Amino acid sequence: MLSAKHISASYGQRKILHDVAFHAKGGAVTAIVGPNGSGKSTLLKAVTGEIDHTGVVTLNGVDIDTAKPWELAAMRGVLPQATPLAFPFTVSEVVRLGLASGISAARHELVQHALDRVGLVTYGARFYQELSGGEQQRVQLARVLAQVWDPVGHGKPRWLFLDEPVSALDIGHQLQVMQIARDYADAGGGVVAVMHDLNLTAMFADQVALISEGRVVAQAAPNAVFTNENLSAAYHCTLRVNAAPDSGTFLLPHLARRAG
Amino acid sequence: MTMTMEMHAASQAVDRSARANALTLWLIGLLAVACITSLAVGASGASLWNALWESLQGNTLSVRDRVVLWDIRLPRTIMAALVGAALAFSGAAMQGLFRNPLADPGLIGVSAGAGFGAIAAIVLGGFLPASLAALVGPHLVPFAAFAGSWISTIILYRVSTRKGRTSIATMLLAGIALGALTGAVSGLLVYIADDAQLRSLTFWGMGSVAGATWSKLSVAGPLIVLSFCAMPLIAKGLNGLALGEAAASHMGVDVQRVKNTAILAVALAVGAAVAVSGGIGFVGIVVPHLLRLAVGPDHRYLLRNSALLGASLLIFADVISRIVIAPAELPIGIITAVIGGPFFLWILLRQRGLLDL
Repeated sequence: MLSAKHISASYGQRKILHDVAFHAKGGAVTAIVGPNGSGKSTLLKAVTGEIDHTGVVTLNGVDIDTAKPWELAAMRGVLPQATPLAFPFTVSEVVRLGLASGISAARHELVQHALDRVGLVTYGARFYQELSGGEQQRVQLARVLAQVWDPVGHGKPRWLFLDEPVSALDIGHQLQVMQIARDYADAGGGVVAVMHDLNLTAMFADQVALISEGRVVAQAAPNAVFTNENLSAAYHCTLRVNAAPDSGTFLLPHLARRAG
Repeated sequence: MTMTMEMHAASQAVDRSARANALTLWLIGLLAVACITSLAVGASGASLWNALWESLQGNTLSVRDRVVLWDIRLPRTIMAALVGAALAFSGAAMQGLFRNPLADPGLIGVSAGAGFGAIAAIVLGGFLPASLAALVGPHLVPFAAFAGSWISTIILYRVSTRKGRTSIATMLLAGIALGALTGAVSGLLVYIADDAQLRSLTFWGMGSVAGATWSKLSVAGPLIVLSFCAMPLIAKGLNGLALGEAAASHMGVDVQRVKNTAILAVALAVGAAVAVSGGIGFVGIVVPHLLRLAVGPDHRYLLRNSALLGASLLIFADVISRIVIAPAELPIGIITAVIGGPFFLWILLRQRGLLDL
């Protein structure tokens, strides 16, 4: 269980999050959506302890602000939006960095498994810096997967925190990565993902938190949050939610037109 | 082209750690060769082999052989090894900490502070009260250099640390400011220095291990060796830092502890090394760079391999400095710069545009 209460965060004088409450549970994919600058990534950084914030965040009952880095690393992996790399590490060396942190340190075979999972198993000997942006993002996902490979540990869910995990990917790899998240949750792990693509969110998420101007407007199942009114108000444009013809999920926008 | 070679090597062996371990053994062998060479070569005709033979037969050594081998060449060899290891290890650690292959210990203020301390001691040493001067005696310059390196590192650390977090970017900028300031004051001291002092200053700046004695070694040696204890404590953390501070923290690295340990170790190693040997350049940049090209940037191997290669290189540089214009000696800093500068340029030209420097 991830529980965040009364979260406020600022960059300098500018307040980004205003007394936000957010929660997620193991076995589910929880998406954070909202327009640019609404505070999605800031919320993710607050609940992973990356930035200073007020309020209390607990992960599996542990207060993340007092926990040691290695205690948190054993519970959750975090995929940032972009990861610069300082030195010429190979792909498999980058993934192995994820292993070094603890729970799976001795399991070298996980490097191959994780690369296989993101479809890069033949890339191990290549240099990270030579890969395309999308490939680098998948290597980073493999690194994070290697860190928390087993979705459940000691009867408690492990967690993936993903900041726009599909932003640099083509449609095929978007689906691949979202399926990885889905499978992780189905196996008992928790997934919290910042998302831009509302269709993918509707397809893969169990819970959606809609953020607008630093506040959580709604948090519930996608079909409860994704209403014409909610989305149009949050994104400041006219959006219409439709039922998908075959699967019961829905596609949007049917009609996107700037308001006013 | 270097990159292509490296890629080829990497595709042959995905796991470069095995090669890095093998390289460690080779470097230990190289260090042994370097030590023997250094003990065997010198301006005096003392022969290492002859002395060893005599000792094995139970004969006592001649006074001259004992002095040359035991009191001159051996401490000098150990000093060169320790200083070279300290500089190369510190360079690798700083590059990992600053996430930049061109970083060197100067960035945390060690060199500027040490230089300032040494210059102040050389120029103003005469104004010390006689009792104090008698106490520190010939160790005034090393002591002042060591103190200077620590004072400037502490100032930089305090300036760049807020709420228990050290900002590496602030440290870099503050280091430039502090460097300019100490440079200006040093310039002022140089301006008022007399000719003899100017000569001392110049030679100090070029570096040398010629003055190595057991007593200097007994002070600087343990400090440098102590700094090596930091290697296993920071290696994994520096690897994590290659992905940035946030990612490192998420992978379980206590980032602030890695920074503190690395800065402390480098201040210790370089402060002691510079104090006893003056300014010796290039070792800290060239050695880690070469090793990264050869076996990759994993700090678990890079730190110790850098120390080993740095030790051997400085011993060989010292041997060259002894024989190139024998019986006179060149300052070792000249040798490392003459070899290191063009070599480094050559590496950069080979890989320009291929590696993101």
